[in-house]
Amino acid sequence: MTATRRLAVVSGGLSQPSSTRMLADRLAKATVEALGERSIEVDLTTVELRDHARDLTSMMLTGFASPALEATIDAVTGADGLIAVSPVFSASYSGLFKSFFDVIDPASLERMPVLLGATAGTPRHSLVIEHAMRPIFAYLRAEPVATGVFAATDDWGSDAGGELAARIERAARQLASRVETSDRAGANDDPWGFANAAAGLGGFQPG
Amino acid sequence: MGQMQFGIFSVGDITTDPTTGHTPTDASRIKDIVTIAQHAEAVGLDVFAMGEHHNPPFFPSSPVAINSWLAAKTERLVLSTATTLITTNDPVRLAEDYAMLQHLSDGRMDLTLGRGNTGPVYPWFGEDIRQGIPLALEKYALLRRLWREDFVDWSGQFRTPLQGFQSTPRPLDGVPPFVWHGSIRSPEIAEQAAYYGDGFFANHIFWPGSHTAKMVNFYRQRFEHHGHGTAAQAIVGLGGQVFMRKNSQDAVKEFRPYFDNAPVYGHGPSLEEFTSQTPLTVGSPQEVIDRTLGFRDYVGDYQRQLWLMDHAGLPLKTVLEQLDILGGEVVPVLREEFAKNRPAEVPDAPTHDARKAEAAVQAAAEKAEVAS
Repeated sequence: MTATRRLAVVSGGLSQPSSTRMLADRLAKATVEALGERSIEVDLTTVELRDHARDLTSMMLTGFASPALEATIDAVTGADGLIAVSPVFSASYSGLFKSFFDVIDPASLERMPVLLGATAGTPRHSLVIEHAMRPIFAYLRAEPVATGVFAATDDWGSDAGGELAARIERAARQLASRVETSDRAGANDDPWGFANAAAGLGGFQPG
Repeated sequence: MGQMQFGIFSVGDITTDPTTGHTPTDASRIKDIVTIAQHAEAVGLDVFAMGEHHNPPFFPSSPVAINSWLAAKTERLVLSTATTLITTNDPVRLAEDYAMLQHLSDGRMDLTLGRGNTGPVYPWFGEDIRQGIPLALEKYALLRRLWREDFVDWSGQFRTPLQGFQSTPRPLDGVPPFVWHGSIRSPEIAEQAAYYGDGFFANHIFWPGSHTAKMVNFYRQRFEHHGHGTAAQAIVGLGGQVFMRKNSQDAVKEFRPYFDNAPVYGHGPSLEEFTSQTPLTVGSPQEVIDRTLGFRDYVGDYQRQLWLMDHAGLPLKTVLEQLDILGGEVVPVLREEFAKNRPAEVPDAPTHDARKAEAAVQAAAEKAEVAS
């Protein structure tokens, strides 16, 4: 019997098509293949943050998600593994990418295996994954795998492409092994903490 | 009054009217709010609830002072709050101020406790927002005792201890003021309301109804769990937000600039998105009636419906017109429709007189038990 794991892909690219989405898709494909080798089927959800740009702004102001954004957040936070890819703008992740991780419940990605990716016009931004993206996921108590995949414009059209493919494969294998043993099922079943409240007001003894 | 209560609640914001650029002064807004409350009584509404804030652009730092003035100027209106800050006020002060209001208003009052979500307000009163829930729990536990016990010995984490303290005046007729607990999404507060058998008030206006339903249903289950009655007998209040004109399109056209520039949700979702995703209803009186009756489908039969009417810079004249429509065309129909198929076990909205009678029955029963 084959097991199934849920894999979410979040792409923060703005143009359509975007190189960010291209990288996200390649990372997803490689991860699905690596899991396939382990006889694991993948339930894949790909999120283009661009599609939720207005809803993300609204949620920042109102505090609640539109039905479409809520379904997307549930799919991402309820996954067994996450691939998160952002373009580099002004030496960091895009504002749209950050917006998504700003509006979700900060506890909802706890123990989430994450593969980080970034795209940029020049290789001079190649450490953006390490100095900008990784701290977000450390704060969220997620668990990014060791290899992050950075792709500059050059990587898509030169001999360097072979190196990119090798990095993608290595990162995907690292994520796949973490997703295989994921124990996140049900981790976000009670995000508001009803069970905790019913268990007795945090130790407070009412008079 | 019976069955359900209908009324208005106010945040007390001082907002520039986006259509005229006019910003009211503190003085004019304060006079306007008491005019609005008196008009609510004149058009047949049951409740006026005033918010409490300690930072501009809000003026009502002391809802109990406003409600005391209104107690002298009104005859039937129940004067409530939306909300009284349980976290940053001293429970001794609250026990005394609201007991005083209870006497001056002949019992026409209750209060809704809330935590407040403005970080800097807490340190201004010597508290810490990260302790919001423990503050609400401990301070309310003391407030209850101050109204129910003549002499209180108490010590806790957030206030100086009390030995043999008696808060004054004692509650009117020995009946403590009725308390609602307000929260948007903290189950601990719903649990607190359920534990004591108090009312639960869901703000309702800023979030989708499905969120409110989750909180109210949890409160109802826990109310039953703690032995205060069935889930259907829990005491539920809801907020709401409406803008009405005879023709739906006129309402939308007139309200849109206020919505688009409103302090809370302005510059975010469109009016149409917010209307479909939250209980906000902008349209004809009949649309408001239909939408409001629909609340019962997801929270059950409830006791109190309040609407936010004066906010976002709406001029006084407009607010008074809205109250005319609410009292003249909407609430009479809602009273009739909500009364239909209302199960007999569902309690009426709490009033001082009903609670006084209930306390007398209970005292007589206890006396009979001792005698036998």
